[in-house]
This record gives sequence, structure tokens and C-alpha cells, in this order.
Amino acid sequence: MSGHEGVIEFEGVGHAYGDRVVLEGIDLTLTERRVAFVGLNGSGKSTLARMINGLVLPTSGRVRVDGLDPAESGAAVRRKVGFVFTNPDSQIVMPTAGEDVAFSLRRSGLSRSERARRAAEVLAEHGLDGYADHPAHQLSGGQKQLLALCGMLVLDPDVLVCDEPTTLLDLRNKRRFVELLGRLRQRVVLVTHDLDLLDDFERVVVIDDGRVVADDEPAPAVKYYRDLVR
Amino acid sequence: MTPLGLYVPGGSLLHRLPAGAKFLGMLVLVTVTVLLGSPVALGAVCAVVALGYPLARIPWNRVWPLLRTLLLLAVVIGVLQTWLLDARSAGVTVLRLVSALGAASLFTFTTRIDDVVAAIERALGPLQRFGVRPDRIGLLVGLTLQAVTTLSGIAASVREAARARGAERSVVAFAVPFLVRTLKHADELGDALAARGEGDHR
Repeated sequence: MSGHEGVIEFEGVGHAYGDRVVLEGIDLTLTERRVAFVGLNGSGKSTLARMINGLVLPTSGRVRVDGLDPAESGAAVRRKVGFVFTNPDSQIVMPTAGEDVAFSLRRSGLSRSERARRAAEVLAEHGLDGYADHPAHQLSGGQKQLLALCGMLVLDPDVLVCDEPTTLLDLRNKRRFVELLGRLRQRVVLVTHDLDLLDDFERVVVIDDGRVVADDEPAPAVKYYRDLVR
Repeated sequence: MTPLGLYVPGGSLLHRLPAGAKFLGMLVLVTVTVLLGSPVALGAVCAVVALGYPLARIPWNRVWPLLRTLLLLAVVIGVLQTWLLDARSAGVTVLRLVSALGAASLFTFTTRIDDVVAAIERALGPLQRFGVRPDRIGLLVGLTLQAVTTLSGIAASVREAARARGAERSVVAFAVPFLVRTLKHADELGDALAARGEGDHR
């Protein structure tokens, strides 16, 4: 596996739902710590992101995450890759914040009290100190998205894929969330529409109509995208 | 009001009892109300259940909505039964219902969902050798309860949207978006569970 560590590769990747082609001929080798996918609604960027943890499998070509193919070793890839979705309401599965984070650890072999302790720790580290016993669905939108993130971080993945995690947040919470992403040890792949949040990213991939149309540093890539949608 | 919003945090004797024991106790009590036929005995059971509320220190603002529902139910059923049968059977039925519902509500007021799920997982543990996966059943119970909250939330926002368009009486204006959003939620929840490794056997 050496030589593949820290690399997400797309090799001639395509995807179609029946006759409708969503992605075509995607060749990307991602080695940067902060990568963003940008594109219009329906451009295929979410589908591309879902391929990193095997939630969607390519209908042609192949994907490799640190040398592992999600089509063959989905479980191993998902242990490596955490995923944060747009709507935290559908990610939160347990009644309180602490229980929800502990839910991620249910297969870890840790005792119940140890799981609860780890969950409380992760919540405290990410600005939800004291919320372990709080009903998860009564948190604010920003707090819910933080909770969804904690549910992933407690598993200490190597890669974190975030599919438009800031779309439902207000400006302050958007900034906070992205700042938090910036501080993480994990490699981050962010799918987003919030173009002002990309300054600290190393690489921005613009997807349009199922293809990569620009792949550059944030400033030129964002400019290309703005010209594209004009 | 949803079952998840019902838990009243506290440290009373009833709160501290293990969830499994409390659940069994509630089942026994409800069974007893069905077996008892004397209004006096049922009245005593009803009084015992009622005493549970101050014992668990359930605040009045939580008790009142429940009491209102129970009173309404008692009046409607009492009147109906008196008319169809006689006053004695009406009294027995009403006392049975009130004690059973009162006991069940007391259980939800004093028990965390997570503890119920854990108790179910523990109780089903021995069935593991027959291929039953207790953690799966625990998750199922947890998600079912969660679904009540989610679906009532979706229903409320769909009704609001229908009202905004002046279509509050239209069945279609409610049913279509409600179904679409429910199915979409199911899809998203499935993806989220898969992303968290649920379904990846080890």
C-alpha cells in the first residue's frame, strides 16, 4: 500500500442513473490536505464526493482511497473516510447529543461509560461543552452541524468529506464551521457553494455538467466558476 | 408533544429505577388493571399511579396537558359506556384506562429513550446465538421513536406551506410534499447510517 498513502484517485470515473449521465471521464489525483469541489446544482459534484466513501459506486472507471477501492473494501474505506451531509437532521439518529456521538462508537468494543466519556470529550473540544445531555433536535442549526461533525470526528478518520455542510447555516456559523475544518488534522474534501470560504484551500476543482472544467488554486478557480455562471 | 420531548430529567426514586424493571412493573400494573373488576380496587390502583407523579416530582406544567387529555377521554368514554351499558361498567372502564395511560406516561416522564434501548439490547442478548442482533433491534427502536419527532416536524412545515398558499383543506397539497419529504428523509438517513458504518459487518 506504500506510495498510495494520503492519495484519493479517480481514474476515468463515470456515473449514470439509467440513461442520465451524471459524471463522465473524471481523472483526479488528490494529495492536498484541503480540496474543494465547486459546481452548480446537478453538476455531479455531490455524486463525486459520495464516491470517496463508497456511498455511490462509479458505473465506469475506478476510485482509490489510500490504495483501497470502495467498490471492493467499502467497510475499510468508510472507517478511513468520515462524511458530513448538508442536513444535520437526517444525520442525527439518537435523542441526545452525547448519545448520538456515542452511537458512532457502538462497534468500537469500548464500554458504555467509556463511549459516553469519549463522546463528551469530543463535544467539548468542538464548542458543544455541556451539551451531552441536551436533546439533539433542539440544538440550533449551527450546533446540529457541529454535532454531526463530532459524530464523525470521534472515530478519528483520516479523510473528512463534507457535502455542502454550510448551506443551511447563517454567515457566522458558516465561517465558524469552515474555520473549524481548517484546524482539523484530517484531510478535508469540501463540496460547497460558499465561494468566499475557500481562501485557505489548496485546490479547488470546478465541476460542470459531469466534467472537471477547472482545477486550480482558489482565486483562479473561483474566478473561472463566476465567469461560467455569469 | 412527542415521546422524545417527554422525558423530565430528575433524580427521584422512579428516575433511578432501572429501565427494564420499570418497564416490567408498568406491564404488570396494566395487566392487573385488566384483571381487576371492582371499582374500589381499580380506584386504589389509580391512586397509586397518581401518587407516582409527586414522587417523581413531575412539574405541574407537564402534568396538566396529560390530565386534560385523560379527563376528556374519561368523560367521552364514561358517557358513552353509561348510555350503552351501565354506570358501574363505565366507571370500571374509565378507571382502567386512566390508570394504564397514567402509568405509561409516568414511565416516559421518568425514563430516557437511550436507557430503554439499552434495556432492550440487554434483554435480547441471550437470543444472539439464534441469529438475533440485539444492537440492530435497539437501533430500530431508537430510530422508530426518533421518526415520530421527524415526521411530526415535516408534517408541521408542510401544513404551514399549504396554508401559505391558501390550500389548507387540500389533501393533495399536504400528502404529496409530505410523502416526498418523508422519502427524501429516509434516503438521507440511510446514507448517513451507511456513512457511519452501520451495515458494514465485521
